Amino acid sequence: MMDDNYNFGFLDERTKKMIRRAMLKAVAIPGYQVPFGSREMPFAYGWGTGGVQVTASVIGRDDVLKVIDQGADDTTNAVNIRRFFARTTGVTTTEKTAQASIIQTRHRIPETALEEGQVIVFQVPMPEPLFRLEPRRRETITMHALAEYGLMNVKLYEDIAQLGAISRTYDYPVLVNERYLTSPSPIPKFDNPKMHMNPALQLFGAGREKRIYAIPPYTAVRSLDFEDHPFEVQRWDHACALCGAADSFLDEMIVDDEGSRLFVCSDSDYCGERRDAGYCGTQQAVHMPVNLLPLPLGEGRGEGREEGPRAEALAPTLSQKEREVIQ
Amino acid sequence: MYVAVKGGAAAIEASWRLLADQRRGDTTLAVLSVAQIREQLPLAVDRVMSEGSLYDPELAALAIKQASGDLIEAIFLLRAYRTTLPRFGYSLPMDTARMQLSRRVSATFKDVPGGQVLGATYDYTQRLLDFALLAEGDDENAGQEPLASGQGLPVSMPRINALMAREGLMETPQPTSQTEPGDLTRDPLMFPAARPLRLQALARGDEGWLLALGYSTQRGYANSHPFAGEIRRGKVAVEIMADELGFAIDIGDIEVTECQMINQFAGNREHPPQFTQGYGLAFGGAERKSMAMALVDRSLRAGELGELVTSPAQDEEFVLSHADSLEASGFVQHLKLPHYVDFQSELELVRKLRAAHAGEQHARADDGQAIAPAPAIQKAA
Repeated sequence: MMDDNYNFGFLDERTKKMIRRAMLKAVAIPGYQVPFGSREMPFAYGWGTGGVQVTASVIGRDDVLKVIDQGADDTTNAVNIRRFFARTTGVTTTEKTAQASIIQTRHRIPETALEEGQVIVFQVPMPEPLFRLEPRRRETITMHALAEYGLMNVKLYEDIAQLGAISRTYDYPVLVNERYLTSPSPIPKFDNPKMHMNPALQLFGAGREKRIYAIPPYTAVRSLDFEDHPFEVQRWDHACALCGAADSFLDEMIVDDEGSRLFVCSDSDYCGERRDAGYCGTQQAVHMPVNLLPLPLGEGRGEGREEGPRAEALAPTLSQKEREVIQ
Repeated sequence: MYVAVKGGAAAIEASWRLLADQRRGDTTLAVLSVAQIREQLPLAVDRVMSEGSLYDPELAALAIKQASGDLIEAIFLLRAYRTTLPRFGYSLPMDTARMQLSRRVSATFKDVPGGQVLGATYDYTQRLLDFALLAEGDDENAGQEPLASGQGLPVSMPRINALMAREGLMETPQPTSQTEPGDLTRDPLMFPAARPLRLQALARGDEGWLLALGYSTQRGYANSHPFAGEIRRGKVAVEIMADELGFAIDIGDIEVTECQMINQFAGNREHPPQFTQGYGLAFGGAERKSMAMALVDRSLRAGELGELVTSPAQDEEFVLSHADSLEASGFVQHLKLPHYVDFQSELELVRKLRAAHAGEQHARADDGQAIAPAPAIQKAA
C-alpha cells in the first residue's frame, strides 16, 4: 500500500537531485568519498539512513527492491526498511537476488553473483577507511589527495608481526581502481573478492557521516595485502547444515550449552534456492572442541552445573526447520 | 537469536503496541494533553525546539508526549518532521538589543544602563521539594494576578558588550568574508568550519555535551577566564526581506536566551590587550545551554586568536563531530542491531589464533620448557 502523503521515495525531488549529483561524482571518481547534504530521516542514525537516501534517490516505479541485513531478508531492520519503501514508493519487493534491480544491504554481499543492470546499495557506518588510525578528517582528506596510505600498510604489517595474521576480518580495506583506499563497509572480508570487476553498480551511503561513494561496474577492487602474506578469505571446516553449501558465508548458532553449533548460510535466499533445487546438508549440529569455544573469562564449566532443559529452552527461538535438524 | 526468528514484521507491530501502552501508563488516570505539556513543561519544550532546530511549541510538546518524555527521542521526531519542510528563505540577522526582555543580568557591572532584571530563575530558590505540589488538582496560582516580568522596560536596551566595544576594550569580530553563511542542515559540515557554521552546530548541539565541555574549560582544559558579560531572555522579532517588496517585514516573535561571555585576552604583537567574546543563543528559557555554548564557542576560537590548541574543548573537529545528540544516540544504539556476520568473522580469527597459540605451547612443552600457568580461561576449560 502506498502512502500518498509523502513524495515518491519520501525525499523531495530537490533533495534527490542533490544526492544524484553526489552519486554521479562518486561514480566518476571510484572510491572517492563525496560529501553530501545528508538529510534527517525518519530512521535513527546507524540504522541505514545513508543507504535509504541513496536507494530513495535511484529508485523508480519499475524497480524491484530487495533489502537484506546480515545476508537475510527477514531480519527486523531489513523488514522495516523494505516496508518503508513499499509504503513510500509502492514498488515491488522481492527476496530473490536474481529478481531484484536494487538491493540494499547491511554487512553482506549476496552469494548469488550480481549482474549488469543491478544496483547494490551498502549502508555504511564509517566511510573513512583510515578513521581508526587518524580520526581527523582534515588529515585524512589530505592523505587521500596524496594517496598517502603508508599508515594503513604499517598497521597491517604490525598485525602480522604481532599476531601472525592481519586482524581485520570485516571492513577490510580495499584499493579501488588502484587509486582510492576505500572502506567496503563492514562486510566480512569473505565478500571482498565479490567487489572486484563486479558487473553491478555498487553505491555506498553514509548518512551520519554525510558521505557517498561508489564502485562502478567492472572496476578493479584490490584488498590490501603483502606478497608473502596474500589476502585470504574465511573458510569453514563445515558446510551449511541445511543446504550443504561449502562455498557460502556461514552463521553459527549456539543450540545448547554443550558446545553444539549449527552452521547455516547467512544468505537466506541462497540457502533456500539451493534447498528448493534439491541440495541437502547434513542436517546436523556440529560439536565444537571445548577449548576452541569462547568461554567467559573466570567462569568455570561443569562445576555445580545443573543438568537442565537449557537446550530445550533455546530451541523455541529456532525455526521449525532448524529445530528438526537438532532433534 | 531474535533475528533468526521468522516474522520480524509481526514482532515490530507488537512492539509498537507495547510502546503505546508504555506511553499511556495507567489508564485510570487522565490523558496528558499536548496543551498541558506546552504550558506546564515549557523548559522541556524549549530544549526540544532548540536542539530540534524548529521553533514550534505545539509540535515540540506533541513530540514530548509521543516520546513519553524522552527529550532526545522528541528532538528526533521534531527533526525528522523539520527535514520535510520547504525552505522559503533566510531571516535577517536578529537584533537582540531590541529584545522585549523578561530577564537580563550582567555579572561584570553592578549596574548597567537599563538595569538588571532578575526575571524567572531557579537561582535563588531553595531546592526543597515543595510537597504542596503533590496535592491533586491544586492550583496555587488560582486567583492571583500574573506578574508580568520586564514590564515598563524600554523597547531597546543596548547590549553590554556593545558599550564596552565603544571604548575599544572589546574585540568586535567581523565576518571574514562577504559570502552568505552556510546552512548546516543543507550542506555537510566540513573542517575547518567558519564561525557561523560552528555556532549553528553548537546551537543544535546536545546540552549535556556542551555543558561538560564548557565546564572543562573552567577547570584548566583550555585557558579561558570567562565572565558572564550579559545574559538576556525575551522575545525578539524575526524579520525577512521579501522578494519584490524591497523592505523587511516582521513575521513574528520568538523567545530566546542569549549569553555573551567576556574572556581575558593578553593581546599579541598586532593587537593590544583586550577582552574577547564567546556567544551562545538558544530558543526559549535555556540559560544553562546558552552559557555553556558561549564558553565552548570562545574556546573554539583558539586558532583564530593565535592560542595554543591543547584541550578537547578547543578542538573544533572533536567538539562539533560529537555534538549532535541524534548522531551520537543513533550510532551508540545501533550496536543493538544484529552484528553476527562481523562477530562470526572475529570468532573465526580468534579460534585460529587460539589454535596457533595452543600449538606453540605444546611445541614448547615438548622442548622441555616449563609452561607458565595459563590464565583463568585455561583453568576453567
